Amino acid sequence: MSAALNMEPAAPLVKLRDLTVRFVSRDSSVSAVNGVDLDLAAGESLCILGESGSGKSVTLRALMKLLPKKAVVEGGIEVAGNNVQAMNESQLQDFRGSTVAMIFQEPMTALDPVFTIGTQIAETVCRHEGISRSAGMARALELLELVQIPSAKRRLAAYPHELSGGLRQRAMIAVALACRPKLLLADEPTTALDATVQIQVLLLLRELQEKLGMGVIFVTHDLGVAGEIADRVAVMYAGRVVEEGPVRAVMKRPLHPYPQGLLGATVHAGLRGQRLTTIPGAPPSLENLPPGCAFAPRCSLAEPACTVAVPEARRVGADRMARCIKV
Amino acid sequence: MCLAGWQGMTASTTTPPDRGGPAQPLLTIRDLKKHFPIPRAVVRAVDGVTFNVLKGETLGIVGESGCGKSTTARLLMRLLDPDGGTMLFDGETVGGNSNSGGVAMKEYRRQVQMVFQDSYASLNPRLPIEDSIGFAPRVHGISAGQARERAHELLAAVGLAPNQFARRYPHELSGGQRQRVNIARALALYPRLVVLDEPVSALDKSVEAQVLNLLMDLKEKYGLTYVFISHDLNVVQYISDRVMVMYLGLVVEQGPVDAIYDRPAHPYTRALLASRPSMDPDKRRTEPPLTGDPPNPVNPPSGCRFRTRCPFSETVCETTPPPAADLGGGHLAACHMAAAGSGHSKAGGISA
Repeated sequence: MSAALNMEPAAPLVKLRDLTVRFVSRDSSVSAVNGVDLDLAAGESLCILGESGSGKSVTLRALMKLLPKKAVVEGGIEVAGNNVQAMNESQLQDFRGSTVAMIFQEPMTALDPVFTIGTQIAETVCRHEGISRSAGMARALELLELVQIPSAKRRLAAYPHELSGGLRQRAMIAVALACRPKLLLADEPTTALDATVQIQVLLLLRELQEKLGMGVIFVTHDLGVAGEIADRVAVMYAGRVVEEGPVRAVMKRPLHPYPQGLLGATVHAGLRGQRLTTIPGAPPSLENLPPGCAFAPRCSLAEPACTVAVPEARRVGADRMARCIKV
Repeated sequence: MCLAGWQGMTASTTTPPDRGGPAQPLLTIRDLKKHFPIPRAVVRAVDGVTFNVLKGETLGIVGESGCGKSTTARLLMRLLDPDGGTMLFDGETVGGNSNSGGVAMKEYRRQVQMVFQDSYASLNPRLPIEDSIGFAPRVHGISAGQARERAHELLAAVGLAPNQFARRYPHELSGGQRQRVNIARALALYPRLVVLDEPVSALDKSVEAQVLNLLMDLKEKYGLTYVFISHDLNVVQYISDRVMVMYLGLVVEQGPVDAIYDRPAHPYTRALLASRPSMDPDKRRTEPPLTGDPPNPVNPPSGCRFRTRCPFSETVCETTPPPAADLGGGHLAACHMAAAGSGHSKAGGISA
């Protein structure tokens, strides 16, 4: 595989503008994403950090139009120059897998249990590039070697259940990379893995991203994963990006009280014997968001002005943003 | 009901007395085994573990999936019957009867309680939480009124206002609140030992810190002893006094928390510690400490079970299972490199 990508700094690979996603049913309306703006340059690695219910996975799925029909999606979604919102089903089939691909948390449910790994990879290549089955299998072998699966040739004929968790995750990465996508979306790709395997897969993804020059959007709740892999970090809370910036700056000196609290509440070496600082309370219900800043009810710095209107995105320096009136 | 030390509700409203004194381990486990038969093979989930749980301490158990840590928890709780080995609770055999002596199972389970990872699956969805908490006291003969009183007291102790929460059902609570209910339920019989199996793994970070603080407070308030099982090395370091590292059904290293984290002697412990993602983007890892996945516990490698992934593996590792070498201060490591004269070229090269 050659690093074949002409960097075009002008047009971003991903451009999200005021994305909102609501799940409406007869008796409730859940506002999962409430106005997200995000840009991703080609070859860049962005981590969306957030707790459960922060809207991070929904944002990711919206980029591939994978949300169920009942979801009300509004706003601009542009990926590699395509208006994703306007695509019809056949356009989406060409788009998914070739321009943008996704890897999931649980490889056992994402891979098809009744087909061999080789067949599943070859299928993707044949579908998008129109090559023969045998050429597809040759590509599948190449890909298994790329994701560093030992004795790749033998594993082509293996079914998903015959592989260990780490190998399954590698096989899923191989399926995703089959058509050299410009954008790779990864939804908690290492959460289900053991510690010694998680670091292997993280390092593999970082290596592949550099080698293939892909843009990558990672969704994770683990600050350590962001620290290992991201160029930039976007922290989400209650469906909004509350802070965004380069990984070093955000991890070392977060501006917004929520990531500040999150860093303080994360257990790490050297805290033994001390009381952990916590964020009191729990995230708000997405059916009934408070007016103003959604974090205000849990924020120790909150004042009346915080609950009047949703804080605007404030730019700090050239490359940082925070939604807090105190910034 | 012929149990000494437990007579109806009066005894069950207090913590049972300490018998063997502070120096005697609360739980003494010797060569404990659990094998699960599967078609044409046997899964050696726990294959001879030996350890003590001291009074008033928190023992952390870490390891990857399939290492036997959850099976160990279920054995401690006697949700599973061991296939071999002995368990002594404060000096008495677990599962005895009035003839053989020892502590009977019902009494043992009163003194040893458990909190599970999945806070929703471990509560009865059809019972208001006060009834879930009061259930065990009712089984042990407490009146309904007193059981409710106990439940309210415990709800308050875990930070849930009883008048607001007592009549709620599990689905009306958040994950963190449900885990608090599970902790309250585990304390309902005033146990001496609480086995916590991944109690914070399913919680969000901001809630995890709240629950960890609560566990520390309750331990002090009720004089509890914890066995804390987790795959999160940072959480185990934070909460434990001593740590035990398991790999493929065996204990590879155990010792005081500082010894394990600052001077790990077993190559597996070192790799596990080095696998933690770095929170500092300037200190990113470049090489994974280990390659491959843990082997299948159905057919573990001969000799040292870690040898297939160990960079220091030699012939002796293939032929002889390493005994636990004493590195001083209660720090034990089952590695040929840690034992002088084992025949490994680096033998004795590692010291604590």
